[in-house]
Amino acid sequence: MSHYTRTQSQQHPTQRQFNPYTENGGTILAIAGADFSVIAGDTRQSEGYSIQTRYAPKVFKLTDKAVLAVNGFAADGNMFVKKVKQRLEWYRHAHSKDMPLRSIARLIQTMLYAQRFFPYYVYNILGGIEEDGTGAVYSFDPVGSYEREACRAAGSAQSLVQPFLDNQIYFKNQTPVLGTSHPTHLPLRHVVQLVIDSFTSATERHIEVGDGVELYIILARGRGTQGLDSFKDVQELTPHAEGERLFVLRRELKKD
Amino acid sequence: MDSSNIYKKSGFDFSNQIRNNFLAAKGVPVPKATSTGTTIVGCLFKDGIVLGADTRATAGEIIADKNCEKVVNPSCCGAGTAADTEFTTALISSNLELHSLSTGRKPRVVTAMTMLKQMLFQYQGHIGAALVLGGVDVTGPHLFTIHPHGSTDKLPYVTMGSGSLAAMAVFEAGWKAGMERQEAIDLVSAAISAGIFNDLGSGSNVDVCVITKERTDMLRNYIKPNERVTKERHYKFTRGTTAYQSENIRKYIVDESITYLTGSATTATTAEEAMDVS
Amino acid sequence: MDHFPTNWGKPRDEAVDVYSTYPLHSRPRNQVDTFAEGVQHTQQPIVTGTSVLAIKYKDGVMMAADTLASYGSLARFKDISRLHPVGDYTVIGAGGDMSDFQHIQGILDDLIVEEFNEADGNALGPSEIFEVMSQVMYARRSKFNPLWNSLLIGGFKDGKSFLAYVDLLGTTYQSPSIATGYGAYIAIPLLRKVVDGREKDVTEEQARHILEECMKVLYYRDARSLNKYQIAKITKDGIEITDGLSSKTEWAFAESIRGYGAQNQ
Repeated sequence: MSHYTRTQSQQHPTQRQFNPYTENGGTILAIAGADFSVIAGDTRQSEGYSIQTRYAPKVFKLTDKAVLAVNGFAADGNMFVKKVKQRLEWYRHAHSKDMPLRSIARLIQTMLYAQRFFPYYVYNILGGIEEDGTGAVYSFDPVGSYEREACRAAGSAQSLVQPFLDNQIYFKNQTPVLGTSHPTHLPLRHVVQLVIDSFTSATERHIEVGDGVELYIILARGRGTQGLDSFKDVQELTPHAEGERLFVLRRELKKD
Repeated sequence: MDSSNIYKKSGFDFSNQIRNNFLAAKGVPVPKATSTGTTIVGCLFKDGIVLGADTRATAGEIIADKNCEKVVNPSCCGAGTAADTEFTTALISSNLELHSLSTGRKPRVVTAMTMLKQMLFQYQGHIGAALVLGGVDVTGPHLFTIHPHGSTDKLPYVTMGSGSLAAMAVFEAGWKAGMERQEAIDLVSAAISAGIFNDLGSGSNVDVCVITKERTDMLRNYIKPNERVTKERHYKFTRGTTAYQSENIRKYIVDESITYLTGSATTATTAEEAMDVS
Repeated sequence: MDHFPTNWGKPRDEAVDVYSTYPLHSRPRNQVDTFAEGVQHTQQPIVTGTSVLAIKYKDGVMMAADTLASYGSLARFKDISRLHPVGDYTVIGAGGDMSDFQHIQGILDDLIVEEFNEADGNALGPSEIFEVMSQVMYARRSKFNPLWNSLLIGGFKDGKSFLAYVDLLGTTYQSPSIATGYGAYIAIPLLRKVVDGREKDVTEEQARHILEECMKVLYYRDARSLNKYQIAKITKDGIEITDGLSSKTEWAFAESIRGYGAQNQ
């Protein structure tokens, strides 16, 4: 009742005074390989010059083969993840299987665009394995524009990390040695190293990045764990080895 | 050199102000000065004063310098606009030197404080220098904070900058009168550390400066709790990575001729010598 | 105290008068007249509480808040409890607008009664209360009609400590030590030093000591605080909230301070 029936003039001061958004810092990042995908985010949540908490996850498991990273306004992010998860559960009840990755991407687009005039102030990156067994990364803007990419960084240190990725993943500004060519897909170990280095570097030069980093690694059906074995502290989240496998790797970052 | 400069008064040059205001009105962004987010503190102890500072300088949310020196000269820490703190303290310490030369006495801390506050007040806050000034002179140890508008405080323990609340909390919980030297150093580093770890504007290392009647000890990077971790990979590019559109190798020595001054002397050299003498 | 009746109902606005330095008669007017319209959304807090502090420790969660409810810069009500028990396992502490907080207390008390009437043997624990409050706060901000508070929800149930934050924007987080208001700047550095990474080791005595220390420092430095505060303790033995406590403060150093500059006498 009350406020829905208010006149324009009465609503006016409310709109002017109260800002329903804030920015909670941090950075997220995802890279797709030939048969794997890596999605990562730091764990610091901040407002202004204060650290609210040193551990607030920004990367969420949706299904065994889909992981979503959210960055921007934390309250919107958490609410959005909650609603996506709810829609995926409904899908599971209706179809007795997990929603395919490209369908989740389209779902996220419609859910974001539904809020076109009061947007979720959130940058989303979705990573996982497609039905054809390839690694995939989808990135979204706050109102639902999206595309499939090989790699994407978002959040407060996007401007630091994305150029690094462009150079190291897409080999921008690097001419290949005569008679060779750049690889189209990098091996898993190499990618995980690049992700960790991206976050330690962003921590060095951006005040809102730090405390910890959480990497989710999704392996395609039937792919071995080669490339992961050299990292101790990797923890498997999927209970069985058939089907896609999901791993998480946690590292500490500097806390200043 | 432009001849009109001879008649110009000393001090700040405002000649670009009208142009810049015009550009700003047109929507051209005004360049942003580097502001040191900062935790700086000072604290009185039995024999003198301990000053402390973090070493992070920020430009917005980017860290511009990971190990800068905010103890600008051995008696003064600066927060606020980096250039303003540096030039203001440099100017005042220079004037202080002249003052002490003309009076034939060692300068006092209050003199520095008064000169700083008068200058900052004159500029009505446009010089964004926020300072912690401490020192020991013939009248004893003194500790001040000086704000950009020219107001001052004289207290037994002071903090400034974005981490001032974190640092002040440590002082309020731990300061007591008549501390020993090491106690005071520990308290100051705890206060700076509180800023480093809880305030995003502050970070990296702890600088400490101990001032007593006899001497001043600058303990640069007294604690380094935030060393850069080693990277997972090496990022060395192979030779030939950088692309180029054309290649042009030039010989820099275009022409070479040798003139002997002694031994096989020519008529030219003797003629020049003859001219020099006349 | 503002002796100008025309200013009443318009508390000092820290956005334009940060240090209360304007002469009373020329005080800048607030941008909106809060009481001009009959019914309207909360767009600024009126009677406010300051910081709430909370930490996890060995046996559960401990929370502290002073008992002052300010009206702008006026210390209006000096015996308002800002720590409120919800059911048998949870305490909610509030900073920000006190009328909004009392509204929240009403919501939560109704919720507990409703849950009790189910008589199904289940009881709401701190994580459930937190979930409810985060949804309520987010829903209200999304209607542009926020409840102007920052809330700490702490509790202990089934052998587990729980501590979380939610504010007027619906922003949430969990941490071993949390503080709202000025506490986030002043108390958190002290609390983190003691608690972070040691929440399983900190004893009740240590927990109480550090909270008392922080309340004292806040009383020294937060001009909207009071040296009368409550401490709540939530453990396996249930909820315990103290009466008004006060810290022993030290002002002797003031005797030796002379002026702000060149003065000696």
